[in-house]
Amino acid sequence: MEERQGVKLQEKFASAVAAVCGLGGLGSNIALSLARAGIGKLILIDFDQVDVSNLHRQQYKASQVGAYKTEALTACLKEIAPYIELETHTVRMTEANTVALLKDADVICEAFDNAECKAMLVNIVLEQMPSKYLVAASGMAGIDSANLIQTRKVMERFYLCGDEVSEVSEAESLLSSRVMLCAAHQAHIVLRILAGEFES
Amino acid sequence: MVKINGKELDITGKTLADYLAATDYDPKRIAVERNGEIVPRNQYSKTVLADGDRIEIVSFVGGG
Repeated sequence: MEERQGVKLQEKFASAVAAVCGLGGLGSNIALSLARAGIGKLILIDFDQVDVSNLHRQQYKASQVGAYKTEALTACLKEIAPYIELETHTVRMTEANTVALLKDADVICEAFDNAECKAMLVNIVLEQMPSKYLVAASGMAGIDSANLIQTRKVMERFYLCGDEVSEVSEAESLLSSRVMLCAAHQAHIVLRILAGEFES
Repeated sequence: MVKINGKELDITGKTLADYLAATDYDPKRIAVERNGEIVPRNQYSKTVLADGDRIEIVSFVGGG
């Protein structure tokens, strides 16, 4: 990995802390991607347990149904990146606890599935933690073209990934490939930010 | 004129809250930037849109 990416890049990743808020379709995929890329530390936050309906898009196994996502994901990550530092919080993020949970992160990934929670997190970080980089996601449902999933720089330190319109509904469910695309966009812009490559 | 997501609108003098109420935006599912700065949610009703303001409204949809 060092030879491929260059030692400097690897050092930047290894000294970084990324928070992943929500460990579902987006979060579990983001965490795995960042772990494989050599990120130093992940702060993983999710109150929920693995459900059988999660398996179609989330990086959990059937044997993990019923386990807390923080624990199940920890097990997956430790097998991939044994030396990664993990800080887990099996809690629901609220207006009251968000700042404290995220204070040590360099980059924050919003990976919720609920639109109001997404907005809550984004507003709290932008209002109260303006020195942090924030990567949020919106719009990845259905089977529309993969080419519509994009990364957009909204503000100096706020990036938004997704197609911004495809909402999950009765008609449009979440397909793992399209969710992974959005998660990969998020993980990739995190790595670019850490490498000092900012979109224009 | 006020620019909202790139579109010029004649709403100078309106509050942000009043503008949003006349649209389909759900105030609980958005983030609003005004001239490069985030507008705190508790300020929507006190933010009076001025001539030349550039507003960006980011709307979140469910799924993840």
